[in-house]
Amino acid sequence: MATLYLNVIAGGILIGIVYALIALGLTIIFGVMRIVNFAHGEMVVIGMYVGYGLWSVTKIPPWMIAPAAALVLFVLGYALQRAIVNSFIDRPQHSQFILFISFALIITGLHLVFFGPDPRPIGMIESMQSYAIGPLHLDVVRSQAALMALAFVAALILFLQQSTFGRSIRAAADNLIGARVIGIRVHTVYSVTAGIGMGCAGAAGTLVAPIFDTQPFLATDFTLIAFIIVIVGGLGSLTGALLGGVLIGLSEALAALTISPALKTVFSYALLALVLVWRPNGLFGEQER
Amino acid sequence: MSQGAPVKVGVILYLSGVQAFMGQQTRRGNEFGGTFAKEAGGPNIEFIYGDAESKPENGRVVAERLIRDGCTLLIGTNDSGSTISVAQAAEAAKIPFLINIASAPQITEQGFTQIFRNFPPATTLVGNAVARIKELGATTGVEPKTAVILHVNDTFGQGIMNGVDIVWERLQVPIKIVDKIAYDVHARDLSVEVAKAKAAGADLLMPITRVGDAILIVREMVKQNWSPMGIISPGSPGPYEKAFTDALGKYGDGYMSCVPWYNPTKPGARDIAARFEKEMDARFDLNAAFAFEAVQIAADAVKRANSNEPAAIHAALKSTDIKDHIIYGGPIQFDEKGQNLNIGVVMLQNQNGRPVVVSPADASEAKAVFPLVPFDKR
Repeated sequence: MATLYLNVIAGGILIGIVYALIALGLTIIFGVMRIVNFAHGEMVVIGMYVGYGLWSVTKIPPWMIAPAAALVLFVLGYALQRAIVNSFIDRPQHSQFILFISFALIITGLHLVFFGPDPRPIGMIESMQSYAIGPLHLDVVRSQAALMALAFVAALILFLQQSTFGRSIRAAADNLIGARVIGIRVHTVYSVTAGIGMGCAGAAGTLVAPIFDTQPFLATDFTLIAFIIVIVGGLGSLTGALLGGVLIGLSEALAALTISPALKTVFSYALLALVLVWRPNGLFGEQER
Repeated sequence: MSQGAPVKVGVILYLSGVQAFMGQQTRRGNEFGGTFAKEAGGPNIEFIYGDAESKPENGRVVAERLIRDGCTLLIGTNDSGSTISVAQAAEAAKIPFLINIASAPQITEQGFTQIFRNFPPATTLVGNAVARIKELGATTGVEPKTAVILHVNDTFGQGIMNGVDIVWERLQVPIKIVDKIAYDVHARDLSVEVAKAKAAGADLLMPITRVGDAILIVREMVKQNWSPMGIISPGSPGPYEKAFTDALGKYGDGYMSCVPWYNPTKPGARDIAARFEKEMDARFDLNAAFAFEAVQIAADAVKRANSNEPAAIHAALKSTDIKDHIIYGGPIQFDEKGQNLNIGVVMLQNQNGRPVVVSPADASEAKAVFPLVPFDKR
């Protein structure tokens, strides 16, 4: 029984880290621009198709392709922000909501037109393998995805803390007027932030492509899981997204084992409701100022 | 029937959403069936497709739209939930509804007068499936003692599960079910569920799944190094589908499923299957075969009705008696509840990347490989 718990906990943590990368893109966009990307799951699915496509052509494992997918999605996010979303920043929230829902529907529609509804599995030898460490069996694909997701999170934190542009992003997030006063080009910051957010989604999509076979209709699941994580962790908090992801991955796994597998999603929503009641800003979110 | 005017037949399927791959495969069967019926001198039928978007409640809305568009016969769906929803619309408008694929027993127990189901209800399906599982020990000489059930937690999964509970006791199957594990229909990760099933230490795994979850289960079994004596589905889709064998390759072999299927020992059925696979670039599986057969039944009824009036088509469907057809079992006839009671169940096993019939003897094309070749020995 101890082995069963050990394996379930390890699996929950691994998938939770990948969930965290999915949520990171959502939280960074909100943290800087205060807009909620309701098409985030669809962008993760774009990352899955990019990963699937690159893997089909090169046969390079998805965890090694993830930086390339992040780059593709960065460019897409940057362009989309410059072309359309920047003009919606100061509009009412319902306009932003409609805009992103439109993006979601368009992306899913295009996926259906170009790729059809059938799931596209990435059939690597690693998809069927696990690392055996004593009684512990660690899924190879999940371990690779989790390690790469951690590398992305670390790189992002380093970028935000150590680089000049990263500091500009944080300044714009902390005090928009002050950032404008000291000459930060806010719309450029927004565009790069959108690129980073979509880059995270793209990398996460490529990393999960060998775990959840690529298909258009996964998007809603990803959007929901990202929302649960960022609300539990605290909207706009990178640490919150990381720890929230691990917490959700772990709690779902343990709920499935100890209560019922059919109730594990219900358990996540229950956790979400509890956090909203007891800590409305999330476990690691800042208090309203 | 006005001269030259086609009879409009509405076909309701899940053409998008999470179950779209099954719906699209069913549509291929319907379309191929239409071509085949036309070539065989069938009546002039125009098929109009409606998408229920993988949402059971949409069945009724789509059916009502098709009826407004002039459809005088409905065919569908590929799921029990949406079939019930469509049946309500058909009943209200008094339009006959020919069911492609749906196994929930309550469909024919709710007093609907317009439905005709050419698919076994879960109780019959499971009854025949459990009988196949029970005879497996005798035919292979290997007697499993325990089983664990892993089932999807929706209308279909619970229907089959309840059927297994009842039939297992009635047939006194000498295999003890040691655990039943339900999982969410939207689950994308079944690692915990498989770990739990493995911990039960049973000889047999009996999954009740659709194709996506069946793939997830086998992948997890390989990764968790769990090779039970056998994997036998007591009447659910998944393992026989092309998506399953393509995704799993050699690891998909050995998986057994007890389902209604076309009879491969019938030359006519074999030719139709071969032609379908060539022309539609898809496997002639359960979805395609039942969709194909639904169209043949519709064409036969419309031809005999010689009318596009719903009441005339309904009367013709009621008197259906088709002896030469492709699905394993007896003639296609509907009882007073609209159920065809003559559909048999075969045991399939994936061998070399394809499902083949391994029992009963009068339909089998290969011998069962049992116990399962362990995953780490492949």
